Amino acid sequence: MKPASALPAALKDALIAAAVSAAIFIPLVALRTDVGPTGALTLRTRWPEAALLVGLVFLGRLALVLWTGRRGLRASTAPGPWTQRLQQAGRLAAPAFLALALVLPAIPGVDRYWLDLGILVLTYVMLGWGLNIVVGLAGLLDLGYVAFYAVGAYSYALLAQEFGLSFWVCLPLAGLFAAFWGVLLGFPVLRLRGDYLAIVTLAFGEIIRVVLINWVSLTGGPNGISGIPRPSFFGLPFSMAGGEGTFAGFFGLEPSPSHRVIFLYYLILGLALLTNWVTIRLRRQPLGRAWEALREDEIACRALGINVTTTKLSAFALGAMFGGFAGAFFATRQAFVSPESFTFIESAIILAIVVLGGLGSQIGVAVAALVLIGGTEVFRDLQEWRMLVFGGAMVLIMVLRPRGLVGTRTPSIALGKKRAIGGDLVGEGRG
Amino acid sequence: MTTPLLEVDCVSASYGAVQALSDVSLQVMPGEIVTLIGANGAGKSTLLMTICGAPKPRAGRILLGGEAITGEATHLIMRRGVAQSPEGRRIFPRMSVQENLLMGAQALTTGDPTPQLEQVFTLFPRLKERLAQRGGTLSGGEQQMLAIGRALMSKPRLLLLDEPSLGLAPLVVRQIFGAIRQLNETTGLTVLLVEQNANQALRLAHRGYVLVNGRITMAGTGAELLARPEIRDAYLGSGHG
Repeated sequence: MKPASALPAALKDALIAAAVSAAIFIPLVALRTDVGPTGALTLRTRWPEAALLVGLVFLGRLALVLWTGRRGLRASTAPGPWTQRLQQAGRLAAPAFLALALVLPAIPGVDRYWLDLGILVLTYVMLGWGLNIVVGLAGLLDLGYVAFYAVGAYSYALLAQEFGLSFWVCLPLAGLFAAFWGVLLGFPVLRLRGDYLAIVTLAFGEIIRVVLINWVSLTGGPNGISGIPRPSFFGLPFSMAGGEGTFAGFFGLEPSPSHRVIFLYYLILGLALLTNWVTIRLRRQPLGRAWEALREDEIACRALGINVTTTKLSAFALGAMFGGFAGAFFATRQAFVSPESFTFIESAIILAIVVLGGLGSQIGVAVAALVLIGGTEVFRDLQEWRMLVFGGAMVLIMVLRPRGLVGTRTPSIALGKKRAIGGDLVGEGRG
Repeated sequence: MTTPLLEVDCVSASYGAVQALSDVSLQVMPGEIVTLIGANGAGKSTLLMTICGAPKPRAGRILLGGEAITGEATHLIMRRGVAQSPEGRRIFPRMSVQENLLMGAQALTTGDPTPQLEQVFTLFPRLKERLAQRGGTLSGGEQQMLAIGRALMSKPRLLLLDEPSLGLAPLVVRQIFGAIRQLNETTGLTVLLVEQNANQALRLAHRGYVLVNGRITMAGTGAELLARPEIRDAYLGSGHG
């Protein structure tokens, strides 16, 4: 494009962007109501601030258009240069991530804060991988995934408190209960797809939360359940007393509060890896392939003699089970659960992780969880601007990579090698 | 007299209040290629789908090899040895050709899909070259080959083909129809072919039925039907043959 014609076009583009931003910032920033001392509302105007924001948008857009050409940022659904590089690096990146995750507690300078952050990120990685089975593989849009997280958390909390069962007994039970609720949700929505399915799952998530709030005699209502037993190391409690029969005493270590954190860290790492392993294994099995085929074309699946009912229900059940595991972990880590932890925004964040990561991509989901959850923690100092960064990151990813960070799909089976494919990130079209 | 492999006996079906099929009867004998021709909306695809169990027939019986399959669930019917290449091909666009083919083997009761895979490759060598390619990137003709190949993966006794010539160039149509004939001659596979391309379909098929507004109006051998003046006028365009 000739520079002579580029400038007026860019100016026009930037003016339009400025006009749009003015329409947003005038009511949001320029006009502000404050509550006066008498309780009356007073209108305060902040024209300079609004003008500054509009000016920034104008300049930013102008620079962007001049820099990248008329079309602005270009979206790509095709494997772009850096996804291709990511795919190639994927062979190394996935094991590297894993190795880093494994040795994280041993790295000098990694303190309690970093471990807690690691636990948080891994929890969302696990939830993302769990939801990935339902949304990414089977293509069933689930907006109420947090319900299964809640079922798992409350299952553990109640079983551990009422019956004194240990974490390792409660964990499978929590997964089982969540899977049961997954099937229960699955039945009425068997015939729904897309938007309709999303609405019903959204309602389901809310129902679970409202029941938790109102069934006070069982769940403690809005007060939640506190004093949930902390996990023990296969029967050895983590205690600062450090006597005989505690973790520190048994292994002859100096009692330290970080033992429990490190244990929790490895616990969630193990659970997340279990989710990943099961998903990768299943993708190569007929069931996993049927999920993906279901996402592609349900009618074709029926024509091929696939039992669509059981295929869908199994996806709901399995996804819910991993949500339940994560919930049980959440309960034992926090030692406190309340309905407040299971609001719709949690479902939305988990879904955002799956979508931004690239539907169906395991490594993409992990990276998206790291960016979204870890990123917002790192930007904690920005306070209320943090959500702006969060939202901005999401918009940017979707503009640049509408199919998610890893939008390409790796076939679950490759020519020649049949079922014995080693790496899970074999590049598309390569054996 | 041998029992027909497929017998549709006085079947009526409807979508809600809309009657799509009324009193349709047809037989397909083992080893036959039978074609069902008719205009848009005559009920051809509905009949194929009714044979597959959705929608369920309102009246009448469907027998497969003498056993009633009326009202059975689709996936169970498919497991009895029926396979379908659905209208519009409906391959899985983001899955590789190999994965698409393996999806067809899901209804296969015996475990190993390798012999079926070999059979498909002999029939359509092109698919073997494209094995790692995504289904959505294939040409229309290749997609149709894939749809038929996918249906063959379940080792069917009866193959249902819904408009395999749809949207394909004449040369490709000839190739596909040639493959169907070859399949029928070498393996004795029974085929029920639904087509709008009456000319080619009737040349290929042993027998044909004509469906008009949900009713069978004519039946006969392919050659007989091709010779009928009504057929020539309605489906072949007079003067061309």
